[in-house]
Amino acid sequence: MQAMHQILLKIGPAAFRIASAWRQPLEQLEALYRDYPAPPDGLVDFTVRLEPGKPWRRHVRPSVHIGGDFWLPDAAPLPLSQGLLAGEMGMNLQMALGWRRHLLLHASSVEKDGQALVMTGLSGSGKSTLSAMLAERGWRFMGDEFALLSLDTGDIVPFPRLISLKNKAIEAMQKVAPADRFGPEMTGTPKGGIRHLVPPRTAIDRMNESAKPALLLFPRFGHASALRDMGQSEIFVRLTQASTNYVALGEAGFLALVRFVERVPAKAMDYQSIEQAEELIESLWSKLP
Amino acid sequence: MMRDARPLVRALREPASVETLNKSQWSELISIARAESLIGSLAHRLRDLPVPDRARAVLQDAIEAHDLARQQALWEADCARRALADYPGKIVLMKGTAYVAADLAAGTGRSIGDLDVMVARDDLPVVESALLDAGWEWVKPDPYDDRYYRDHMHELPPLIHRERDRMIDVHHTILPLTARPAPNAQVILDSAVMLDNGLHVMAPADMVLHSIAHLFADGDLAGGLRNLWDINLLVRQFAGADEEFWMELDRGAQIHGLVKEMRRALRLAIRLYDTPASGSAAGKPEWADQLFLRRLLARDGYGRETRKLTRFGFYVRSHWLRMPPLMLARHLWTKWRKGGKPPN
Repeated sequence: MQAMHQILLKIGPAAFRIASAWRQPLEQLEALYRDYPAPPDGLVDFTVRLEPGKPWRRHVRPSVHIGGDFWLPDAAPLPLSQGLLAGEMGMNLQMALGWRRHLLLHASSVEKDGQALVMTGLSGSGKSTLSAMLAERGWRFMGDEFALLSLDTGDIVPFPRLISLKNKAIEAMQKVAPADRFGPEMTGTPKGGIRHLVPPRTAIDRMNESAKPALLLFPRFGHASALRDMGQSEIFVRLTQASTNYVALGEAGFLALVRFVERVPAKAMDYQSIEQAEELIESLWSKLP
Repeated sequence: MMRDARPLVRALREPASVETLNKSQWSELISIARAESLIGSLAHRLRDLPVPDRARAVLQDAIEAHDLARQQALWEADCARRALADYPGKIVLMKGTAYVAADLAAGTGRSIGDLDVMVARDDLPVVESALLDAGWEWVKPDPYDDRYYRDHMHELPPLIHRERDRMIDVHHTILPLTARPAPNAQVILDSAVMLDNGLHVMAPADMVLHSIAHLFADGDLAGGLRNLWDINLLVRQFAGADEEFWMELDRGAQIHGLVKEMRRALRLAIRLYDTPASGSAAGKPEWADQLFLRRLLARDGYGRETRKLTRFGFYVRSHWLRMPPLMLARHLWTKWRKGGKPPN
């Protein structure tokens, strides 16, 4: 068997070993995760493997197959130039399929005054961009992909991995964040153009500090500015669909989600620009008890 | 770097052996155990030992995941029981679901996928239609596959429940009809043991022989370490509870044509897990045992499948065992033209 290179990463509560047949994706990950602490005990929760789908794909038009402790049988391989993305997808996959210590919500989250704003929605709703933007405007970034809901306390636990910016969001963020926080530009990925952004330093330094969820938003980009109330049962069902491990956690997941829905005020939010969204969010935030 | 799955086997056999692992070896052990679907069994074996914090958290996750899997498997079995309430024949649970339903040590921390049950072959149409009425539907409605299952396999094509998204495999015997050993399904049904809820599990010897048949006569040894771990635990428990067990096992192996397979399974279980089986039951070592061991342990510390050539050899063997050559050629030709993979 071919030797593999490997690095260890710790993001929030989870520790990863990323093993790769090529150096390049690991060097890119290492550069972007340079300010993150190493797993303190040297032990990891998950192993991600980046390896050629077929042996000759190591050198000839190299393509990266995403594997690891948890995997999907039909994951399409990526070209080596998107190896960094493969590494990120591999870590997401481990969390989505294997993490059981929190209820995982497919949501972004930011914090202010010890309280968390959670934003969930389908791909393209703008939740990731919104969290990245708010993080440059006085909020603490907690995560753009997964919000971890504590099963015991009901708090949101940070998972501040690299922010995955897509298409137009890349340009928008380049106006507000310094160039040295951006990863390489990747074009023609399954999701179009992607560029990773290192979260602000404070998000990394405080990645073990959880926060009480104070507001849940269902943002929707591209519609005239509006806020709508939602029934608790609708919120509950949509969050079960937004959770990757709700079923796997059984009763513990159900109880955590019920508590979350009962305690956290929620709104559907339509918006057409970041400024509009920020205004709506500030108006809601200032009225919180 | 761990070069094969031996450290996992050692940890299962002698849990205290993990005390010498360093940090990176722990991560490797976890990857191997996950890849071999033995993480739940390992977690239970290491329950009372001092292990590093993060390893403890990973193992605790596995224990909880398997507790839930157990509950879901029992629920699924009960759903099938209710769907078949009017069916007068025996419904025999198989594999993982049987181990947890009968509360056997082999069920502890075991991963359980589909629900496997066995009924009398003549009753298949009745059982099939009762399940279809109760919300199960065909997974792959392909006429060739359907015909193939019905003519040559030991089970119906898989059914999936449209609301719960869980699969059921309805068997009428324990090996494909094309395989060389021809187990006696009637004997298995006749000696099956009833549980409190009216469902059945196989008698001890048959249960062990089914696991053995599945391991050696019906596959490429994928998941073999887990399978042998089942066999090890079943044999320990049954032999400890009943001194007649070895005799029953021997008699069953002869009835089902699985004597060679039983001996090999016991030899490998002794080698890997120190299973307390007598030399006379296990028979003389054969040179091929080494090949089986090589294949069973083909996993490295990243969780990768290693020894591709050995693996391929066993893959070819699995088809060879299941089908006469001409039939195999016809089958692969049909599947190739359809662009699919052979069913496994």
